[in-house]
Amino acid sequence: MSQLPQAITDGILGGAVYALMAAGLTLIFGVMDIINIAQGILVVLAAYLSYALSVHLHIDPLLGLLITVPAMFAVGAAIEWAFMRRLRGRERTAMSLLVSYAVAVVIEGALYQVFGANDVAIQAPYVNSGVHVLGFDLPYIYLIGAGLAVVAFAAIYLLLYRTTFGRSVRATMQDKVAARLIGINVNRVAAITFGIGVGVTAAGGMVFGATNAFSPNSGYDLISRLLSIVILGGLGSIGGAAAAALFMVTAEEVVNIWQPVWATAVYYAVLVIVLLVRPVGIFGKPEARSS
Amino acid sequence: MTLHRTRFLSVGITAAVLSAALAACSSSSSPTGGSHAKSPVVIGASLSLTGDFSADGQAFERGYELWAKDQNAAGGLLGHKIVLKFLNDASSPTQAVANYQQLINVDHVTFTIGPFSSLLTGPSAQVAHRYGYALIEGAGGAPSVFATKLNNVFDVSLPVAASTLPLINWIASLPASKRPKTAAFPTSNDPFTQPQIQFAMARLTKLGVKAVYYKVFPEEPTQIKGIADQVAAKRADMVVLGSTAVPTVQGFTQAFIQAGYNPKIFLATAGPDQGAAYLKAVGHLNNDGVMVPNAWYGGSPNPQSKKMVAEYIAQYGGTASGVNADVAEAYSVGQVLTQAVNATRSLSNAKIIAYLHSAVTLSSVQGPVRFDSVGENLAATAFVFQWQKNNFLQVLPPGAGSAAVEYPKAPWGK
Repeated sequence: MSQLPQAITDGILGGAVYALMAAGLTLIFGVMDIINIAQGILVVLAAYLSYALSVHLHIDPLLGLLITVPAMFAVGAAIEWAFMRRLRGRERTAMSLLVSYAVAVVIEGALYQVFGANDVAIQAPYVNSGVHVLGFDLPYIYLIGAGLAVVAFAAIYLLLYRTTFGRSVRATMQDKVAARLIGINVNRVAAITFGIGVGVTAAGGMVFGATNAFSPNSGYDLISRLLSIVILGGLGSIGGAAAAALFMVTAEEVVNIWQPVWATAVYYAVLVIVLLVRPVGIFGKPEARSS
Repeated sequence: MTLHRTRFLSVGITAAVLSAALAACSSSSSPTGGSHAKSPVVIGASLSLTGDFSADGQAFERGYELWAKDQNAAGGLLGHKIVLKFLNDASSPTQAVANYQQLINVDHVTFTIGPFSSLLTGPSAQVAHRYGYALIEGAGGAPSVFATKLNNVFDVSLPVAASTLPLINWIASLPASKRPKTAAFPTSNDPFTQPQIQFAMARLTKLGVKAVYYKVFPEEPTQIKGIADQVAAKRADMVVLGSTAVPTVQGFTQAFIQAGYNPKIFLATAGPDQGAAYLKAVGHLNNDGVMVPNAWYGGSPNPQSKKMVAEYIAQYGGTASGVNADVAEAYSVGQVLTQAVNATRSLSNAKIIAYLHSAVTLSSVQGPVRFDSVGENLAATAFVFQWQKNNFLQVLPPGAGSAAVEYPKAPWGK
């Protein structure tokens, strides 16, 4: 039982990293009804950007976020403009799966061409060091990840609930047609929202790449987990994604103590049970939205 | 609520279509140069060009292509130009089975050679056996591959179960006061790793080394840190890690460093043998003292190996220490096939299977090859290698050509 507190600590810190990666996915769905299957490979792309800046230009990965966050925002806005904006009609959400999957395959292929198949990891002085507090090992990189998650979620909250743009976003989330009628530029809102959703993956990608060896193939495992997180939390719910991410990793860490081979199964069993009872997820809103 | 259920159903159907698309595979044929009057001989393999084993699969591809290029320059197989046909299995055993069925029944390849990892070799061998094809392979050394007693499987590499024996014998040779007292045995749930870890644990326990940790875990990114933290908390003198790939070793290494834990011996069953790929993942300061069992390394004095390594570096760059052991395993497959074809003067799978079962000793870049009745390489010699100051050195068994074991291993970050 003495391992339990450390497992819970690991779970919370690791869960914060996954929350950071899932925030953009659920934001994009919440505003646009688009399930961005490319979110996993975009996290990996962000990790490679941080890695390349670190290895080739010797820019610290944390400092490099000043470059990678705007770069990933631009990538997101470009994907929205080039592909997602063109999806229309009742099957828009389902079609977004296929389109974003195609985008993911293209990005994965490009990463294979540029970086090869071998795994790499981001190195920095704070990646392997940590602090020992009250008997707990707290690696700096996970503390940084948790800090970035808090900042990202606070920023998204403030953006949505304390700005004019946020009002436009929420209006678009509730009813796109009505939003258009009151003069909101829905296309601009969508592009910026998609950009923000992808931009936050820059931070998640940096932390993921510093805590895991990764390759262009890593996106598949990531997207399956990120999707399960946003489905458990409730598609479109930012807070739900955070709660579900913390639950997922903590549950796996705790089951790890006794039966590691069952850890993932236990999490997915909980997911299934929750969806049977509440198909929209823990924090999802059951009301339908206008397209 | 109904609208939502409909939407979820719609998403589910599309997701199913996506899953099918994910399983789709790509293929590539690789003509390898040279002019030959006879029709080409097509040799097929399923390779993990994407997916969890993509780094290994692509290294295998390079090894096969290097062999085919060399052999075509030497006249091909009985004067037939070699053409390689690879199908991507995306690291899936199911897809590997489908690929071998296609290679045999649709593409009508002359020979099949093996995929990467025991996980894929086992079911692939069943397909090849069904159609009377030999499956010469380089990465299917787990006991589960040989347990089916198929007569068509020939593993040119080291049988993995006893791969840690040089380390165990070396520990036994130490004075009792210098031997490690405790050991941890975390292992992934893979047919390649579990037999090695169970063998090592049983033998070391007999030597008086107390097993303080044994757990089987899936190599999932979300679980590795937790398992590694549990191991670090045990503060065992040595860790024998059952790993199949670099990310697992990187995850354990990082967690050990974060926890301030440096075992005296740290051996991983795979990962550290991947040369430059391993160094890039763990960093150039965090590999000193890490061990891995294998039958080959880039600095091998074997003349055939030296020639292959020189060709590899000329084509792909890097250093001898940076050459992935998978390249040599694949190259050895081609060499054994060449010798069997030349000896039988035939492209018949039946004749090649009979020949390889005749207890003949063949040569390869990995050393001698001689098969037993189930296709294990009885002539393979197990070595243990250790990273020392960014050099990959053979340290065990001790003797001519071996460097001294770094024991206890150097602290991390030095």
